[in-house]
Amino acid sequence: MNTELLLQLTINGLIVGLLYGVIAMCFVLIYKSTQVVNFAQGEFLLIGAWICWATLVWLQLPFWLGFIITLAFMTLFGILIQAIFLKPMIGEPIISVIMVTIGLSMFFQALMKWIFGVSAQSYPQVFETSTVTIGGLNVELAYIMSLIFSFLMMAGFYWFFRYSRMGLAMRATAFDQQVASSLGISVSKVFAASWAISAMVSATAGIVMGMVNGVSDALSFIGIKVFPAVILGGLDSIVGGVVGGVIIGVLENLAEFIDSQYLHVGNLYTIAPFYVLLIILAFKPYGLFGTKDIERI
Amino acid sequence: MITLSMRPCGDFRTTYKADTRIFETRFILLATILSVVALCFAPLFLDAYYLTLFIQISYLGIAALGLNILVGFTGQISLGHGAFFGFGAFASAWISNSFAIPVWLSIPLAGVLTMAVGMMFGLPAARIKGLYLAIATLSAQFIIEDFFARAEWFSGGSYGAAADPVSLFGMNFDSDQSFFYVALFALVFMYLWGTNLMRSRDGRAFVAVRDHYLSAEIMGINLTWYRLLSFGVSSFYAGIGGALYGHYLGFVSAEGFTLMMSVQFLAMIIIGGLGSVQGALLGTIFIVLLPEVLEATVSLIGSTGLMEPGTLVENLAYFKEMAIGLVIILFLIFEPDGLAHRWKQIKSYWKFYPFAY
Repeated sequence: MNTELLLQLTINGLIVGLLYGVIAMCFVLIYKSTQVVNFAQGEFLLIGAWICWATLVWLQLPFWLGFIITLAFMTLFGILIQAIFLKPMIGEPIISVIMVTIGLSMFFQALMKWIFGVSAQSYPQVFETSTVTIGGLNVELAYIMSLIFSFLMMAGFYWFFRYSRMGLAMRATAFDQQVASSLGISVSKVFAASWAISAMVSATAGIVMGMVNGVSDALSFIGIKVFPAVILGGLDSIVGGVVGGVIIGVLENLAEFIDSQYLHVGNLYTIAPFYVLLIILAFKPYGLFGTKDIERI
Repeated sequence: MITLSMRPCGDFRTTYKADTRIFETRFILLATILSVVALCFAPLFLDAYYLTLFIQISYLGIAALGLNILVGFTGQISLGHGAFFGFGAFASAWISNSFAIPVWLSIPLAGVLTMAVGMMFGLPAARIKGLYLAIATLSAQFIIEDFFARAEWFSGGSYGAAADPVSLFGMNFDSDQSFFYVALFALVFMYLWGTNLMRSRDGRAFVAVRDHYLSAEIMGINLTWYRLLSFGVSSFYAGIGGALYGHYLGFVSAEGFTLMMSVQFLAMIIIGGLGSVQGALLGTIFIVLLPEVLEATVSLIGSTGLMEPGTLVENLAYFKEMAIGLVIILFLIFEPDGLAHRWKQIKSYWKFYPFAY
């Protein structure tokens, strides 16, 4: 057994898994506060990464400025998407809401392909790329950056929902919309804010992933990979999203290890999470931390 | 054709028999028969290009009807219909190639095999619903797609599988003109069957499960069985559609049956009208003709010289995807009941003219 490879893959899994966790967190944020299952989460990553890339390469701006422009754009973008496309869908059956987000995902994916092309583009050198040795293992600096980013985002989310006014308003809205609005919380503002935050944080995750692997269409597939993570963690639990993301990330890499060492079937890496997803849905559909649906007649 | 949904005002039924008729009036029956007969002569006059479009509409329309039975009538969402469509195509090629079964028999057999696979993936549907089901079928999509690439004994792996043309009584239906009749027969047969299913006990049970599943269960409808059955019927239709597709092209390769295709099927039924047999066909026609219209528009813009035609033609595939995405959103926001509903409104407007409101 190749212990070194196993260890390397596990660490990779943890790092990628934490990024999945951040994206899962954004997904859960939208689901919890607005009851929308966002199939276009991957496109937030894609659009954010491309916009940032365009400001760096086409406009030749310094990274910090491009980053701020991207964040501002994504905030506006999230608010507009919610106001134009999802506000009219409030109260519609869940199938329709899902289909609207699928339509959005299709539209923006094709739009990005049209504007930026299908081939992967790499980011210009923003930070010094080098590898650091930690405990005998070579870890790329970009990975460490993404690790720090993930922890920062999680801490930020924790602070936001624990102490900030808006975060508390969001939790109240998620708990009961009617009660929240009767207490003076503007529900439409909360909806807009949750889409804006989700788009912004997802875009940042997209930029981080783009720096490691290059920006391409593949980024939008992350939005689909997030589903096993959120279902495993429980659809309406932010902690669950993070835990699910880490588990799926590690599992992916373990599947890669088993595949390359023993089975040699190839491509197990991408498909394993979906088998896990089916198993979870068959036995524990509400995930590890999700609240069980109780229906009254 | 009956739709078991809301009716416009002034449209009364006084007997149950009148309510469950396949053809609402004698005029509709005659019009349907006449148009089918007229279509029989179409290959004599029409260009091969139009025949190809019709054949496309028929195999996609059959699969779309299957999805509408599942989504529109039973209220179970599925994001894996494209994969089932592909499974039908491969299954029919596999059955006819490896067991020396004639193609006309392998098509329904492929339908049955797809039905079995669909019911297997529908098993979780017995317990879950709504978006959990959407996600479960999403993983079915990826798992089946992965299976196509992996199972060389079944699908020929990355090389794809060859599918013989349909042959019956020594005739080979391998040209556009001859396959047109196979497609027409299959389309009429499957649509009549679908309409008939919807007025039977099973069809009414599907609608009851959609409208209020708790009440349905209290009324003695076995939820698990009907959800599973709906998955089975829907996959059967997808399998038949896929098999026709395979034998029409003569070759099946694993690339086409992606999530994109599943979304396209969903687009068809949303545009046509959820819960309407007729709507599935209208939506399919819309989606099949959309790229053609786009192409014409692009060449028109190109001829005016405002934009360079070369770049526009190159990006046509993206325009098509964007248009489908946009059309889904616009229909859901502005016309959630689809074209079938719009058609009914137009019809009732003229029926009660000038008193309609």
